[in-house]
Amino acid sequence: MPQESKKGFIDYLKNINYEKYGSLIALIVLFIIAGIANPIFFRPLNIMNILRQISYVGTIALGMTFVIISGGIDLSVGSMMALIGGIMIIVINQFGGNVLAIILAIIFGAALSVGLGLGTGLIVTKGKIAPFIATLGTMAIYRSLVLYFANGGEYRSISSIYPKIGGGKIPLGDSFFIPTPVIIFFVYAILCHIILEKTRFGRYVYAIGSNESAAIYSAIKVDRVKIITYIIVAFSVFLTSLMLSSRMNSVSSTSAGLGFELDAIAAVVIGGTSMKGGRGWIWGTVFGAIILGIINNMLNLLNVSPYLQGAVKGLVIIGAVLIQRKRT
Amino acid sequence: MNKTILRAEKINKDFSGVQVLFDVSINGEAGQVHGLIGENGAGKSTLMKIIAGFLQPSSGKIFIEGQQVNFKNPLMAKKRGIAMIHQELNLVEDLKVYENIFLGKEFKHRFLLDKKSMIQRSKEILKELGEEEIDPLEDMRNLSVAKKQMVEIARAISENSKILIMDEPTSALTEYETEILFKLIKELKQKGVCIFYVSHRLKEVKEICDVVTVLRDGRVVGEYDVSNVSEVELANAMVGRELGNMYPEKPEPSDEVILEVKNLNVPNFVENASFQLKKGEILGFAGLVGAGRTELAEALAGLRHKTSGEVFLNGKKVQIEDYEDAKRLGISYLPEDRKLHGLVLDMNIVNNITLISLEKYTRFLIDRKKEISKASEYKEKFDIRCRDLFQEVRYLSGGNQQKVVLSKCLEVEPQVLILDEPTRGIDINTKYQIYQFIAGFVKEGKACIVISSELQEIIGLCNRVLVMREGRITAELIGKEINEEEIILYATGIKERVH
Ligand SMILES: Nc1ncnc2c1ncn2[C@@H]1O[C@H](COP(=O)(O)OP(=O)(O)OP(=O)(O)O)[C@@H](O)[C@H]1O
Ligand SMILES: [Mg+2]
Repeated sequence: MPQESKKGFIDYLKNINYEKYGSLIALIVLFIIAGIANPIFFRPLNIMNILRQISYVGTIALGMTFVIISGGIDLSVGSMMALIGGIMIIVINQFGGNVLAIILAIIFGAALSVGLGLGTGLIVTKGKIAPFIATLGTMAIYRSLVLYFANGGEYRSISSIYPKIGGGKIPLGDSFFIPTPVIIFFVYAILCHIILEKTRFGRYVYAIGSNESAAIYSAIKVDRVKIITYIIVAFSVFLTSLMLSSRMNSVSSTSAGLGFELDAIAAVVIGGTSMKGGRGWIWGTVFGAIILGIINNMLNLLNVSPYLQGAVKGLVIIGAVLIQRKRT
Repeated sequence: MNKTILRAEKINKDFSGVQVLFDVSINGEAGQVHGLIGENGAGKSTLMKIIAGFLQPSSGKIFIEGQQVNFKNPLMAKKRGIAMIHQELNLVEDLKVYENIFLGKEFKHRFLLDKKSMIQRSKEILKELGEEEIDPLEDMRNLSVAKKQMVEIARAISENSKILIMDEPTSALTEYETEILFKLIKELKQKGVCIFYVSHRLKEVKEICDVVTVLRDGRVVGEYDVSNVSEVELANAMVGRELGNMYPEKPEPSDEVILEVKNLNVPNFVENASFQLKKGEILGFAGLVGAGRTELAEALAGLRHKTSGEVFLNGKKVQIEDYEDAKRLGISYLPEDRKLHGLVLDMNIVNNITLISLEKYTRFLIDRKKEISKASEYKEKFDIRCRDLFQEVRYLSGGNQQKVVLSKCLEVEPQVLILDEPTRGIDINTKYQIYQFIAGFVKEGKACIVISSELQEIIGLCNRVLVMREGRITAELIGKEINEEEIILYATGIKERVH
């Protein structure tokens, strides 16, 4: 009875949890289309390239996932990345660019990120300023500081070993390498997944994003949890700063991190996390970031004008959210 | 009269493969109040939502005045004169009262909203409901659950519909408001409105309904003429077996005081409240809506700021600044508003139950197995009806949601349990289990405070009853004094005793 099995299949398709797996399905479809459009796409080197490119925004997006699930948002990530990167390079240069200087810079950068995250968190919770507004403010402040310290120019590191971090590769077989940023991104994703799904803190993040009053009536320290989400996103920004500034061995005060906040938020949303908070998952964000990477890569391979890439990205974001919209 | 205006035939409904209604047929006549009863999860709300266009049946037909209809959404049903009062309050917390009443049917003057007329009309409708003191300009979120319920009722009434569905309208109301509602129902009946009335309070069903349909596990198991059926018969039809006395034997409290409150004040709500709670005691708080019972309880649990007052636990003075303090001291509070305060609707049953006590299940990571096995204990204990423990609570029936909140509240292993409307929306069978549980709980040397708008519950369950009126404790009733008349006299202020 072919008819019956067909109905069964359609029912099966209807019952898929698109909110959750929509991004994975989109990723697979896109992967196949890209390969058909240009077989170069499937080359390991190309794939590795895509993964490396998405690691930067992707890492920030992982942190952003926490903030968005808890019902907040952080618009300052792009300029924060430039600020932390720039300051790390200043530290490296101050201490002579040797290994010790680099270690100092990393410690300093990490501490600074935690401090900045704490600051945002306090403004949002104790200052009771809407996250959108608060981080719009910090975004302007960070960018202005970055420009001021570099006088509108570039931060250039004098170290010859610093680039080894972000530009490093781990060999896998004869002619195949995995770039360090890719490893950092995936290891960090696993860590974030565990924190979000398997710890108390993660559970609280979901609860607060979904129903803040119920969280208070469950004896959860809401402010503290929210502050920690801002620290996590800031720490993610630090990781990206480290990867990018070391790879380039410099930070441009005008262009570094520009538009990162939009790409990071896009990755989170394409991944199925609700902007209203309370729902979402880390792997969705990973898929979302890869989808954005594939689109860029595919458009490049197909020689589509770079001016049009934004339009395609925008369509994908809207399409993704449409598919995921809850069906009842 | 006796004109059938609504006929639902062989309605079936399933939610992603799980069938919850089986060939249900029901009729509604003009000028008739049609009761609908059944256990939690029997499918009452689902059936009503189908009639009002909020859900679509998997199969079956609906006729209105002989004409088949096929509602794709509530708006279509509204156009055919159907209005529904939902069990779960469906109000926009951020809007004002009058905006809620006229949501989706705003008065317009040219292109602008005609605020004045809407406010005026809201006042009139609220007055009809005896709720003059609700200001139409008040923000919805500042109202108590009962007042919200009254606004929900006002909203449905403002539609002048031919068919009015009320899904547990009185579960948050006290006798006083219930009486006003009944008067109104009788008026509507006179006007030929067909009313469907869903409730777990059989006494009310006896009083207000003409006929009653009993649902069990998604099937109609009987339709009765209310005049020749007793409450006990109805109860038995609902659960499918005999049901004995509802209330357990009242426990013997000891002389030891477990909790003492002295001169507690919450501005605008509670004035100089002082009382003692003994080990092994079930202490009831009665009073009208807005008497300050919830506010007092919330202040005790650290959920509301108190300006003065001392609290002693086992003779020791304690500081309770937030709910975590209360929890640590073994005071647990079951909130009155389950949707707003009790549950995270996006989360599943397990996660909701353990949300308050996660530290018990965590070393570094959450011990998922332990958590699940604890949740299944509660599922057994309170007979939580669900697809499985990983079902999001938003998809549970109202009564089953309430059982989840109750489980959560027991998770902190309290010595003082404060229950605010513990059986709101719960069926008789589970009520019975909950009463048994409370009695067993206080026997272990713990104590329980019960706030309830259902007088029978307070009378049947409590050793001692405090009556509150306008923020003050106005009477203490013990033993034989605990009866309906006394409580009402003090609650309404006809009698007053300096406490
Ligand atoms: N949207 C939904 N998705 C999945 N299951 C649902 C949904 N809505 C209701 N159910 C299930 O349908 C069954 C009937 O629910 P319904 O709300 O109609 O019960 P009820 O008779 O109103 O119970 P109560 O007395 O507790 O209010 C329940 O088992 C419930 O879990
Ligand atoms: Mg119901």
